[in-house]
Amino acid sequence: MNSWKYPAFWLTVVVVIVGGAVPYVTGSNTWRENMFLILLAIALASSLNILLGYAGYVSFGHIVFFGLGGYVGFYLIAEQAWSLWPATLAGGVAAGILALLLGLAILRLRGAYFALATIGVNEAVRTFINNFDLFGGPIGLELNFSVYRDYGGPATMQWITYSTVFALTLLVVIVSYGIKFSRFGLGLMAIREDEDAAMVMGVRTPMAKTMAYVLSAIVPGMLGVIFFFRNSSVEPHEAFRLHRSIEMIVMVMLGGQGTVLGPLFGAATYEALRGYLLTSPLFKDLQLALAGLLLLLIILFVPSGVIGWLRGRFRRLWRVLE
Amino acid sequence: MEQLVASLADGLLLGFVYGLSAMGLTLIFGVMDVINLSHGPIIALGMFGIFFISGGTAFGLHPYVALVLVALLGLVFGFIVYFVAVHRVLDAPHLSSLLATFSVNMMIIGVGTALFTTSPRNLDFSMGSIQLGSITLLGTRLIAAVIAILVTAGLYLFLYRTPPGKAIRAVSNNRAAAELMGIPSTQTLALSFGIGTMLAALSGGLIATFFSFSILSGTVYELKSFVIVVLGGLGNPTGALIGGLILGALEGIVPVFIPVSWVPVIEFVLFVLILLVRPTGLMGGR
Repeated sequence: MNSWKYPAFWLTVVVVIVGGAVPYVTGSNTWRENMFLILLAIALASSLNILLGYAGYVSFGHIVFFGLGGYVGFYLIAEQAWSLWPATLAGGVAAGILALLLGLAILRLRGAYFALATIGVNEAVRTFINNFDLFGGPIGLELNFSVYRDYGGPATMQWITYSTVFALTLLVVIVSYGIKFSRFGLGLMAIREDEDAAMVMGVRTPMAKTMAYVLSAIVPGMLGVIFFFRNSSVEPHEAFRLHRSIEMIVMVMLGGQGTVLGPLFGAATYEALRGYLLTSPLFKDLQLALAGLLLLLIILFVPSGVIGWLRGRFRRLWRVLE
Repeated sequence: MEQLVASLADGLLLGFVYGLSAMGLTLIFGVMDVINLSHGPIIALGMFGIFFISGGTAFGLHPYVALVLVALLGLVFGFIVYFVAVHRVLDAPHLSSLLATFSVNMMIIGVGTALFTTSPRNLDFSMGSIQLGSITLLGTRLIAAVIAILVTAGLYLFLYRTPPGKAIRAVSNNRAAAELMGIPSTQTLALSFGIGTMLAALSGGLIATFFSFSILSGTVYELKSFVIVVLGGLGNPTGALIGGLILGALEGIVPVFIPVSWVPVIEFVLFVLILLVRPTGLMGGR
């Protein structure tokens, strides 16, 4: 854990803090809403990056942790009258446990088989929740607005949830650095390059992969609780949307997988672009198609992402962009 | 019991069409190790193809005639997708080809939503029905199953009896060796990708003759194709057909006993379990 020695670490942390502080300084609700979505995207993409970028395992259904964590937390708040904080923790724990159980099973699969299995898991959970009466089946759950009174009314609640997402984003970024420069992180990257060789060199691959999977699941689970709490409702299609899952991959790829700054940059750019396209009348319907085009161009021409490309191009930036 | 037989028969007929679509997916995987995530939207394009060529517009062709055109368009579309998105990432890691085909998926759905909206449509069209003892079989489904069987037979003849078909099998076995034998691998790969998408478009067209559809409905059938392909073993066309029948039978039988909304849960749990226990599929290893 000596990541604080690197200028890249400080650069990234400062970027997140400055970006996240803008809404407090301006006090503007629009800024807060935009930054909420951007920070959410950054935290999700950076979490996925721990598995995708470091260990090289492509989880196509990573949104399942966001959805399931969100559901568990939401249920506890709406039906069991829990307060937001323990419910958020419970959402993270639920996602972590799911990842642990799944990880022990499906991480044995490699390449395309693993990707397919993660899609299958997401769909299995979605269709199950669709039939699960305790969680409201296909209609989902709703929150009584009076709950927000405990958090100082809807307006204050929005600031509280914003701050929580801000803190979680910072946490993910710091943890990402911590992992990257640790023995554990090096083991993951060895797995990414050549799993069999890593095993021979003494990396405990099943253990390391499962740990990475669990770590990449916990924060999305917590974010799910906060997101749906703020939304005041949750339903299966919204919680387990496969496209959202792949958008997370796009963000990681756009910035550069395996770097910490990459997912941050990719998520912020993608989310800002999406916000712009959604509000522009000309591109509103074509937003998905443009995202697809962007993805294709990245894969064909800059497969290492923007940060990866910069690193390859300018060796001097190695210590700064990580 | 009668109800069971009737829904089983219905499910099996559907199973042939599912099998056809899965065969397209598995052919592409078998030949070039690419999981085509644009399969679903191409199925949906097949649905819209038959809708516009036969029903909604001035052409007014009979749906089964329109199907031939849809198949051709599917083939051509496959070539385009192959050269635009797939060719350059063939030798890259799996993630690249998965994402490249998914980007095509997003583009089709994005443009399709803008053009056609997502409201459901259906072909206003019926082929009567056949009474077999106590069970009634819808004409459209029966014909769809027959067409699926014919196309499968045609595919086998093509793969085993014609030079381009043999080239596809050679490239799927060992691309480098096939190239050394003078087989033009790029054309062969493009052809197999085209056939894969052609099968997707065809099955979409057939499904459109009896179910309503929108640009988003392809996703459902794509996921079904995944389940089938895994049941039958990735890269195994015969397995895909048998997997399709298993899935069809499952969809026929299960709703008799428990609510129909549980069917996908069973399908996907089965899917994950088979991937875990027997990734080579129920038919055994390759």
